[in-house]
Amino acid sequence: MWAFIHKLGSPKWFYTISAKLQPWFWAAAVLLLVVGSLWGLAFAPADYQQGNSFRIIYVHVPAAFLAQSIFISMAVSGLVFMVWKIKVADMAAAVMAPLGAAMTFVALFSGAVWGVPTWGTWWMWDARLTSMLILLFLYLGVIALRGAFTSRDSASRAASVLAMVGVINIPIIKYSVDWWYTLHQPASFTLTSRPAMPTEMWLPLVIMVLGFYSFFIALTLMRTRSEILRREANKRWVQDLVKGQVEETR
Amino acid sequence: MAFASFSEFLAMGGHAPYVWSAWGVTALLLLATVWHARAEQRLLLKGLKRRARRENSARGSAQ
Amino acid sequence: MIAVKATLVRDLTLLLRRRGEVLNPLVFFALVITLFPIAISPDPELLAVIAPGLLWVAALLAALLSLDSLFRSDYDDGSLEQLLLAPQPLAALSLAKVAVHWLLTGLPLALMAPVLGIMLALPAGSYAILALSLALGTASLSLIGAIGAALTVGLARGGVLLSLLVLPLYIPVLIFGAGAVQAAILGDGVAAHLAILGALLAASLMLAPWAIAASLRISING
Repeated sequence: MWAFIHKLGSPKWFYTISAKLQPWFWAAAVLLLVVGSLWGLAFAPADYQQGNSFRIIYVHVPAAFLAQSIFISMAVSGLVFMVWKIKVADMAAAVMAPLGAAMTFVALFSGAVWGVPTWGTWWMWDARLTSMLILLFLYLGVIALRGAFTSRDSASRAASVLAMVGVINIPIIKYSVDWWYTLHQPASFTLTSRPAMPTEMWLPLVIMVLGFYSFFIALTLMRTRSEILRREANKRWVQDLVKGQVEETR
Repeated sequence: MAFASFSEFLAMGGHAPYVWSAWGVTALLLLATVWHARAEQRLLLKGLKRRARRENSARGSAQ
Repeated sequence: MIAVKATLVRDLTLLLRRRGEVLNPLVFFALVITLFPIAISPDPELLAVIAPGLLWVAALLAALLSLDSLFRSDYDDGSLEQLLLAPQPLAALSLAKVAVHWLLTGLPLALMAPVLGIMLALPAGSYAILALSLALGTASLSLIGAIGAALTVGLARGGVLLSLLVLPLYIPVLIFGAGAVQAAILGDGVAAHLAILGALLAASLMLAPWAIAASLRISING
């Protein structure tokens, strides 16, 4: 097992392996997202209370799940990079951050839009939306910190430390915001407590979540490969790889 | 099918602007990240190839 | 332990020599508090409602401002590198530095807050809790903030970035700190809030020094 981990560490080996894995994840993502969207938008029954505006759940919840999972996987790859000095792990962490921020924004935007018909206002200090907003600031902090250093190695290590500190704080922030929200809870309907969903509403949600996750894996593989090309540009194997392609085109 | 006709589907029972704006922004962002990733890879490969070609011609003329 | 005490004493004397710098966060705190009655309204009833939150946010921002100078002077004159080379564990030494920062900013802010509370017509009975929760809370704020300060000490314009990194992590402390004062005003139990503030402090006391040490190593040979 350890040989596999070590091989994963070498950018060259990762570059070739991810090329094989990537198409599978793209195919899975497209299939799941199309099926989930059609099912959620057209075939799932409307919610008895909210009518069709509840269909926003099929993008809001997967984006929110992904936003949190990406931060955790970013922190884990940061830890792997700091402890075992596996460069590919840091490349993956660097590449995940923008997608995580985008997913958090999607969750926030769709939550706010969903709030308009349900609460009548664009922004409600709902516990989950507030935690999502704080998560967005954590993402921006990690991205800004990584960009602030001139030397890449200290940028990677600084960003990894911040990601790890952040991931420890996420549950603390979540619980304190939930506690704060229940203390100041307005009487209206909240996103936090929803009646149990019947299966024909719940199943497309699972498909959409799986679709979002395979999209995340596929995109991370692809962008990590670009990051490998960017960082290993002067290595021999990259030049041979490119030379091979240059001869082909001539 | 939860809707009788396609136009009813578009109307979303009066919630059309909310549902379609939320889904639209999500689709837009997903496509944008994919497009950015592909453009980034294309630019990188182009740069590497240009460098390789320049080194080849330099080595060619040096012999 | 002697080394930790030595850094403690050294930093205390260093900072007390520049007494002006020690007063800056306190003056900032008072200034920010006086802005609100001007901006919102001098009416005591309204001020009393927002007083706990205002006092806590202003104290938090004052503590945040003073963080930048925590490592900056030692970084500039190179003594931070000596600290890294010291045989003693860096986490213990950075804990000493954070303790000095708390003694010279957190504690004074906490002691000064009741005075400003009077200006904001803070209801009676919550002054002691205000000072206690601030004293407890600013300790965790210094610890968490020191991680951000250590990460950004090597950067030229680290100030704004420091607040972007650290403010999200301050939110739990703010929630329970301001919550404690509000609970004191309403008269119901304050023990829960102070207990959680204590727990947050214990957690950051245990974890923050290692993160500070790691961040200092990153910034120094960055």
